[in-house]
Amino acid sequence: MAQIRNFCIIAHVDHGKSTLADRLIEYTGALSAREMTDQVLDQMELERERGITIKMQAIRLNYRARDGNEYILNLIDTPGHVDFSYEVSRSLAACEGALLVVDATQGIEAQTLANFYLALEHDLEIIPVINKIDLPSADPDRVRRELEEVLGLNASEAILASAKTGAGTEEVLEAIVRRVPPPRGRLDAPLRALIFDSHFDPYRGVVAYIRVVDGQVEVGQAIRLMGTGKEYEVTELDVFRPRLEPVPRLVAGEVGSLVAQIKNLRDARVGDTVTSVDRPAETPLPGYEPAKPMVFCGLYPVDNEEYGNLRDALEKLQLNDAALVFEPETSAALGFGFRCGFLGLLHMEIVQERLEREYGQELIATAPSVVYRVLKTDGEVVEVDNPARFPPAAQIETIEEPYVRATIITPADYVGPIMELCQERRGNYQSLEYLSPERAMLTYELPLSEILLDFFDRLKSKSRGYASLDYRYLGHRPADLVKLEILLNGKPVDALSCIVHAERAYARGRQLVEKLKEVIPRQLFEVPIQAAIGSRVIARETVKALRKDVLAKCYGGDISRKKKLLEKQKEGKKRMKRLGTVDVPQEAFLAVLKVD
Amino acid sequence: MRAGLYVHIPFCRRKCFYCDFPAFSGRRPGAVFRYVQALRREIQMVAEALSGGDYPAGRSGPERAGALAGEPGREPARAFSSVYFGGGTPTYLDTDQLITLLETIRETLPLEEDAEITVEANPDPATLTPEKLQALASCGVNRLSLGAQSWQNHHLRALGRDHTAEQTEEAAAKARAAGFANLNLDLMYALPGQTLGEWQRTLERALALSPEHISAYSLIYEEGTPFHRWLQGGRIRPVDEEEERAMYDLAYALLPQAGLEPYEISNFARPGYESRHNLLYWQYENWWGVGVGAHSHFANRRWRNWTTLDRYEAAVAQGILPVAESIELSLEDEMVEMILMGLRLAQGLDGGAFHERFGVTLDEVYGPIIDRLVDGGFLARTAGGGLRLTGEGRPVGNAIFAEFLDPVPVFRRNGSATRPVLRGGFR
Repeated sequence: MAQIRNFCIIAHVDHGKSTLADRLIEYTGALSAREMTDQVLDQMELERERGITIKMQAIRLNYRARDGNEYILNLIDTPGHVDFSYEVSRSLAACEGALLVVDATQGIEAQTLANFYLALEHDLEIIPVINKIDLPSADPDRVRRELEEVLGLNASEAILASAKTGAGTEEVLEAIVRRVPPPRGRLDAPLRALIFDSHFDPYRGVVAYIRVVDGQVEVGQAIRLMGTGKEYEVTELDVFRPRLEPVPRLVAGEVGSLVAQIKNLRDARVGDTVTSVDRPAETPLPGYEPAKPMVFCGLYPVDNEEYGNLRDALEKLQLNDAALVFEPETSAALGFGFRCGFLGLLHMEIVQERLEREYGQELIATAPSVVYRVLKTDGEVVEVDNPARFPPAAQIETIEEPYVRATIITPADYVGPIMELCQERRGNYQSLEYLSPERAMLTYELPLSEILLDFFDRLKSKSRGYASLDYRYLGHRPADLVKLEILLNGKPVDALSCIVHAERAYARGRQLVEKLKEVIPRQLFEVPIQAAIGSRVIARETVKALRKDVLAKCYGGDISRKKKLLEKQKEGKKRMKRLGTVDVPQEAFLAVLKVD
Repeated sequence: MRAGLYVHIPFCRRKCFYCDFPAFSGRRPGAVFRYVQALRREIQMVAEALSGGDYPAGRSGPERAGALAGEPGREPARAFSSVYFGGGTPTYLDTDQLITLLETIRETLPLEEDAEITVEANPDPATLTPEKLQALASCGVNRLSLGAQSWQNHHLRALGRDHTAEQTEEAAAKARAAGFANLNLDLMYALPGQTLGEWQRTLERALALSPEHISAYSLIYEEGTPFHRWLQGGRIRPVDEEEERAMYDLAYALLPQAGLEPYEISNFARPGYESRHNLLYWQYENWWGVGVGAHSHFANRRWRNWTTLDRYEAAVAQGILPVAESIELSLEDEMVEMILMGLRLAQGLDGGAFHERFGVTLDEVYGPIIDRLVDGGFLARTAGGGLRLTGEGRPVGNAIFAEFLDPVPVFRRNGSATRPVLRGGFR
């Protein structure tokens, strides 16, 4: 056990976490150069495209250190985005140490901070790595100062590295060996292994990624999952190199995957403890809080007949995404669909993209909503995650909405505009600290709903892309909110309604009808668009009827061409949803998001 | 069922900037002569196909043009009811070449005695001489279609036309002098920069020539044309939708006042002077196109000829029909096409003809769609189970046509795998 090191890499997005992992894998020879594809840990196509890591994995590296000993280094990959802090914390629990990667050209960013504090909470040994020192604009001294002043780390121990050129790779490996403590479990104690991730494999069932804390687990052993009490027989144990490689047993301190004919991912909950049936442990390992969805939206098939297929696709996705929740809902406008809960906006976008790309679903997504807590006049408290389900105004005593503490790190030049933005978004100023004369850290308390409303894009545009954001849920707070309804052709469209702050209802109503006027194409009939609070119409626009749209010529030689033209036109219409007599494009349902 | 013959002449002095028809302006020596020879051979082949040979087949192999030849138990073939020389500029050919073609057609193909024979012409005096007009008239050409397009010379120049408005007037006079009693003028509106006043003047000047027929087209930016490129590149700005609608409305106001009734979306005629050939298209009858890029529709098959002179002539030289592509239409294809074409007519789609052809009524196939569009005032039911666009529906026809493109659920549910009625060919 003294030769094992379990560690992870934490970083702000784009600071080079995956590239550093690649170098470690390459250096230790876990993959031959020929097998090496860039950023091997980012497997999914989507991850590759967006340059972010969604699903973590673990990989075993064999390393002969300068002290002459062979070490087993288990690298556990973590996602780098704020939406996935839940998954970050799961992987941290399987480690004793963390490499904290900071971009030498940018310094500490909001997620650097967030991840750093998470690692501290898990009592990990933190090894700072200043990456990208090969870049001409690298300023390692500044980053060192920030590490000391902001995080209180001993910056003289920070390793200078370039994951791109490979500089510093060996120093990183040596630091892991010397500074990360070996696992502390007891080999002779009853088996306790932590499930820190899992995925569903169509051939083998659930594959649970485990960190053995005490004792050992063997192929053929009868095991019990302490959370569910269910028992299984281990059929396969593997380690990752990074491909699965079967092993007969995993012992305390080791990391690997376990297959035991578990049919349903829900039966192998992440955070659960695996123990042995013959000699069970008395107490489980500390588990995790289950992921709590913060953002909800309705997902509807464009074609109602696809409802069953959409459900199948969501179920399959859920197999590999414990944080995704969904339940059936119906909308007067959109028919049958699902209310889906996500960790955040990025998570929502990724799920939508995967549904469309991997499962061929054509979707209409309604605007995302937070969970409101409504105290009704009869004393009942209801949680509402769908504006359409809001109780009538007369029955509402108070409404509470979720607030977050947002940390924004930005070049000092942009502090003014960013404070304006936060102010506009109903933020409560908390603090402003300077990390250096050039860089500032702003803290605000903000309603989460305001962050859903393109806050991140605006933040980026106000700071020329330099500001970074991280936020944590604080709790629900009372707010003066009203439900804004949208009517098309005089009929309310439930899927377009939204909850807004009373003071800004007029402005939002106006923006919304104007935006809808832009996205709803002209049709045979004139389409009035109205915004209303209760029965009071506060804004109105009209999409004029089509005036002239007819093929001027259609003779013998034109038929097939003109038919194709009409089919194209029709194809565009199929992507729309017909509400009464009005064809509404999918963008309309997200228009709520795009106004400002 | 009836059939018409289309003859494509792909030559022009210059190609207009909006034109996407096969038309060649380069003057390769002997090209026109060789083309006329090839056309004559193709016409011979058509005659052979009609008298019992094969006609262009698709994947399913050659099909006998039995209905044309006359099969036992069926009415024997009748003659073509119209011939249409289109282009390009048919009058780019010299008089002798035109006469030769007309004679070849008369000698080889069955032609109704009173067949409508149309020739398209450009008003430029270089290709349209009084002698040529007289020769055409004496050879039985009884309808002349002049590409007038506009009465503003700056628009004509912008369109790439090679004539002036004055020359259009002279051409019309020459046509009348040669004895043409059925004259069409092609006009265009929604031209870049065109004003409503200019369009009004164009209409008035055209009407002053007392044509029996006017085709009034809004400009289409066809892909592959210079106009399309210029539009994409922002070099020209299209007329806005309201303005285009006003121009359309103006044509529908002025032309009927002068006795030219709209009988198709873009076509107006004095009663009795509707183009019989073009009606074949809109009534989804049969047409056989000869020449480069010509399209044909016979029975349940549609095909088109090669679009380059080389390939076209090479095929003909080998004694093969110069067909580039031929498809067998499904029943659904035919339904949709018959509707798309039929709804263009003022009298609308003939419910009886639809039922006779497919064994189902329009309402059985499209009931809910029809109801909705009728309720909205865009479609009207006609006697005999037919449909027509209303005055409201006509200018926005595409949105209505598109509704009929859907598969035909009722029809499919009934599972009619076999064609319910005897179909195809002359009857």
